Amino acid sequence: MVDPITLIATWLTGVLSGWGLAPGLVTFILKLLGVVAVASFVLVLDIFLVWVERKTVARFQDRLGPNRLGPWGLVQPIADVIKLLIKEDITPVGADILVYNLAPILALATVLLLWAVIPFAPTILGTDINVGVLYIIAVGAIGTLGIIMAGWASNNKYALLGAFRTVAQMVSYEVPMVIILLVPVILARSMGINDIVDQQSVWYIVMAPLAAIIFFITSIAEIGRAPFDLTEAESEIVAGFHIEYTGMKFGLFYAGELLHALTVSALFSTLFLGGWRGPFAEQVPLLGVVYLFIKAFFMYWVIMWVKYTFPRIRIDHMLNFNWKLLTPLSLAVLIVTAILDKVMVGAPLWVYTLGMLAGNLVVGWITLTLLRRFARKERQRVVGEVRPVAVPPFVAAASSETSTSTTTP
Amino acid sequence: MTALQIIFILVAAMTLGAGLMVVTTRNLVHAALWLVLSLFGIAVFYVLLNAGFLAVAQVVIYIGAIAILMIFAIMLTRREAVDGTPKSQVNANWLWGLFISLVLFGGLIWIFSQWPGTSVVMPDLPAGLDPLRLLGQSLVSPNAYVLPFELASVLLLAALVGAIVVAWDRK
Repeated sequence: MVDPITLIATWLTGVLSGWGLAPGLVTFILKLLGVVAVASFVLVLDIFLVWVERKTVARFQDRLGPNRLGPWGLVQPIADVIKLLIKEDITPVGADILVYNLAPILALATVLLLWAVIPFAPTILGTDINVGVLYIIAVGAIGTLGIIMAGWASNNKYALLGAFRTVAQMVSYEVPMVIILLVPVILARSMGINDIVDQQSVWYIVMAPLAAIIFFITSIAEIGRAPFDLTEAESEIVAGFHIEYTGMKFGLFYAGELLHALTVSALFSTLFLGGWRGPFAEQVPLLGVVYLFIKAFFMYWVIMWVKYTFPRIRIDHMLNFNWKLLTPLSLAVLIVTAILDKVMVGAPLWVYTLGMLAGNLVVGWITLTLLRRFARKERQRVVGEVRPVAVPPFVAAASSETSTSTTTP
Repeated sequence: MTALQIIFILVAAMTLGAGLMVVTTRNLVHAALWLVLSLFGIAVFYVLLNAGFLAVAQVVIYIGAIAILMIFAIMLTRREAVDGTPKSQVNANWLWGLFISLVLFGGLIWIFSQWPGTSVVMPDLPAGLDPLRLLGQSLVSPNAYVLPFELASVLLLAALVGAIVVAWDRK
């Protein structure tokens, strides 16, 4: 069965060629239309995401959320957009005008660029480059640049501090992300996103659960959401890099953040949850789009769940967590995956899957054991230094031997 | 003139113009941002040469790591990262610099005019060829580049260890 997108593309090719245009020009026009279509679709979806986000956070905080405008408050985001558009556009004194205005565009555009490589269905995909996984990293790097530009050009110390934190966070979390993205590459034997989806007759979250978890954590850090939102910690640096932006320029950052969350959800679904794969997706390509968005919105919900559950992480903990846990762990997972892949070459799929799963479980168990030992040592050190509770001196003197045995766990 | 040539000329003009701005602009952060544009132009050249991996690696390493590190280092210095001196931006040796660069440029032009490859139209990659796989295999194949590759790896590892030793806080 042919999907409507391919049908329209074939029909347009026929029409344009009938006008006597060169085949190269026809391909160019079709690609251009494809870009416009995908970008518009994703941006319209972005308006809807505002509603989803506000409704979900309301439920997590035992509220109702927007409920006045339209059924279930569905028209509320449109009103929000109009409000943002008619707000006064303020450029702070001493701002670097060109860089200041370029930054929000860059922040949103880099998120849109990621959609170019996500396959929506077996026949509906933007572009299939053979270095898709690396392309994701490269585009993320340009996104970091947009945030640094915003922080620097605003001529505001809080914005600059936010930019510093962003660099520290994004550049650090890029390291385990790059390493862990090699795991699906090893499993699929290709860096192309489309090939990775094609190879997932068993979802990679089964073969590589640790890689999936690490990719999820690092991508939350890359989009700068709670618990990694210290780049815009409102209690410390007001709003971070976008403090000076008003109106639609702020709106672009906001839309970029929401869309980035959905984009990494879609990437996670593509890399670890089988992408468009599902029952009858190969016969009816449109079903693949539905499956991809169901998976992506489920992951989006998990991201929101994490965001509204965990408190903000402190900056030294954030860096320690990355460099002392995630980076060594992702290296270990990569080495184990590579060795197991070589050992089990030619094995049937179920043996391969179970072997990979067992390898991941062993690495995960060792990590948890080491972490538990470290935490126990840390607790003993803290308890040994200061007394956790104030005890009257006569009680402490009377039960000196029992108190030492109770304070040490 | 083919579409490829038009794109090449536009991107080359952008790259060279951005490169010129890097050395002439007085604001250091602006210079770094122009450098980003220039490096991005180089990545586009790799794409035009069907070297997708090199293009993406160029963006990851040069824009994602080196340019951001430079901007970060500049931001850690004074707020006014501007060269405010009214002096002209050339020093006393500009004539020598111009002479040497002209000689080098002329030499390169002369060498390329001798080379027959400049007049050959770039052939399309044969179907089914995976340049990325070939690159990966030749990097670890003993018949190809395994020795330089491993040497470079050891060098980078030594640099990493050295950075840790320098930054180590001995108590």
